[in-house]
Amino acid sequence: MNSKILGKNQLTKFIDEFIGEYRVFAPVKKGKIIGFDEIASGKETCLDFQNTKQPPKSVFFPQTEVLFEYKKGEKGLEKAGSGDRDKILLGMRPCDARALVIFDRFFSSGEHEDLPYLQKRERTAVVGLACNHPLNTCFCTSLGGSPFGSEGMDLKLVDLGDEYLVEILTNKGEKLVEDIKWLRDAEESDLNRARDLAEDAENAMKPKISTDGLCDKLDGMFDDPVWEGIHQKCIGCGVCSFLCPTCWCFDVLDEDTGTGVKRVRIWDTCQFPLFTKQGSGFNPRPSGKERMRQRIMHKFNYYPKDFGEFGCVGCGRCVRECPVNLDIREVIRAVMSV
Amino acid sequence: MEDLGKTMQDVARRLLEEGKVDLIVGYEKGTTPIRSTPCFIREAGDVQKLIWDPTCEANLTKYLLDRDERIGVVAKGCDSRSIVVCLAEGQIDRDRVTIIGVPCQGVINRKKIEAELDKQEVVEATVNDEEIKVRGEGFEKVLPTTNYLCDSCLSCRHRNPVIYDFLVGEKVPEVEDANDFAEVEELESRSSEDRWDYFTEELGSCIRCYACRNVCPMCYCKECFVDETMPQWFGKTDDLSDTMIFHIVRAYHLAGRCVDCGACSRACPMEINLRALRKKAEKIVKERFDYEAGTDVEEAPVLGTFKQDDSQEYIIK
Repeated sequence: MNSKILGKNQLTKFIDEFIGEYRVFAPVKKGKIIGFDEIASGKETCLDFQNTKQPPKSVFFPQTEVLFEYKKGEKGLEKAGSGDRDKILLGMRPCDARALVIFDRFFSSGEHEDLPYLQKRERTAVVGLACNHPLNTCFCTSLGGSPFGSEGMDLKLVDLGDEYLVEILTNKGEKLVEDIKWLRDAEESDLNRARDLAEDAENAMKPKISTDGLCDKLDGMFDDPVWEGIHQKCIGCGVCSFLCPTCWCFDVLDEDTGTGVKRVRIWDTCQFPLFTKQGSGFNPRPSGKERMRQRIMHKFNYYPKDFGEFGCVGCGRCVRECPVNLDIREVIRAVMSV
Repeated sequence: MEDLGKTMQDVARRLLEEGKVDLIVGYEKGTTPIRSTPCFIREAGDVQKLIWDPTCEANLTKYLLDRDERIGVVAKGCDSRSIVVCLAEGQIDRDRVTIIGVPCQGVINRKKIEAELDKQEVVEATVNDEEIKVRGEGFEKVLPTTNYLCDSCLSCRHRNPVIYDFLVGEKVPEVEDANDFAEVEELESRSSEDRWDYFTEELGSCIRCYACRNVCPMCYCKECFVDETMPQWFGKTDDLSDTMIFHIVRAYHLAGRCVDCGACSRACPMEINLRALRKKAEKIVKERFDYEAGTDVEEAPVLGTFKQDDSQEYIIK
């Protein structure tokens, strides 16, 4: 599939081609923070960012999601969200797009597919944005990713300066651009330029953290004293999980609506004591030690054992935002050095 | 100028060597520029990790709660006030705690620096009370520290520890005329609709991560009201009504107890102005009861006492 060239001054026009037919989600600047939101016009989009504060996982897995609802006196359930328009998620960084693949495996595994997630995923096209300037807190390359990676995307934009290279990666992506006749075909020189930028971006990253054998190593470390030290400063909040593109844990609640009941799922995290507290009052993960161990084990041992890859993409959000600077890269190093 | 970090290390070493404490809780250099991180030292040989500079933002009082060890803790002015509140509320055993007080001229809010530098990422920084030298790809800047302090620090009137066993360095002059209610007064001057809009906007971005609650030394409840399930008092979603009730009730719970250390505002990943609600509660307590939390070791908690001449105006008739 040929790549295309999109002038930066045509970006608004490009996005506006989709608005109406699709619901479009893109990075927008809200006050001090850049985050994904639904846009009504291409001009709201801000692609001049390093990475968004939060990953756009909520487009597929909202923090609060009504699964179904019923009303008193009426028969049957009202299921949410089936009549929605298709979506486009534009401006997603390679780490976050790769995280979607990690989500996909989980939400489609086992006996029961997770339809609320999978339906949204199926009906959303992902337009990624390669990362020319990875941050110092980024470590995607240590975990098998790359600042110019394409996993999880249908189209990928590469910032070439005055224009974007539009790489077409899937049929879904092809379908998006096939009718936009005014896009110029990319030339060899554009592709070379993108390749150079990809190389520069990889080279600009900090040296990789060694993760060779990390999964196997953790097999024997459940009772290792290393966890005693690691969790000490953790305050047990949900910043790392709620900003994490690969954390999917949730809780399910029934809420009284006044006229009936709605079943809601909300984000939850293994860092909260309530996450494993049982009805009897017993909690198998009574302290921060067990909860921190769970987070690390899940990403670097349980997930790879189930699906063959680490469950962390190295986006660095938890590194940047942890209130006490509990740096997951240091945790990996500590585990590796045991 | 005296290297306070060094002095702090000496005190810590002595405490550990003499067996007066089992653990020192202080600050060490963080893993990213302009950051420190809480550090836990059990061996005298490790005290050289300890640092003191304006990146030492965490309120370490949090780490004194629910522990059996004898702890030596580094405390700034505000942190020492939160220790006083926890002592008055019976949460800390004074005999188990050795307070290494340190006069403070304010801690840095690195988000202010990030905002100023926009997309220029700091790769290296050196920090002191006067200036912050930052360097990144293609830039080098010297920023005056006072321009990037936390809001709580900018109007702080208790820079010196109110309680300590050791004082590291000389006391710094207090800024007696600082108006720490300036923002509250500005909000009070607005219409209630304006204020509603303001807090709707601010609290609308809350992601219920509870970083604000979990860094707060005053939030020591074994089970927070939002976590109770039998019965469940409050909704747990990120809908505005649920997030707002959490923040409002939390502000109520902190009335007469919050020492404005600013830890919650710094911890909030969404950069919500959490300070405004708390300062309003603090202002009411100050006006009605002439009480400032954590400033007097002898004084009982304001909402735990009753005086004949207490202001009665809050009672709904």
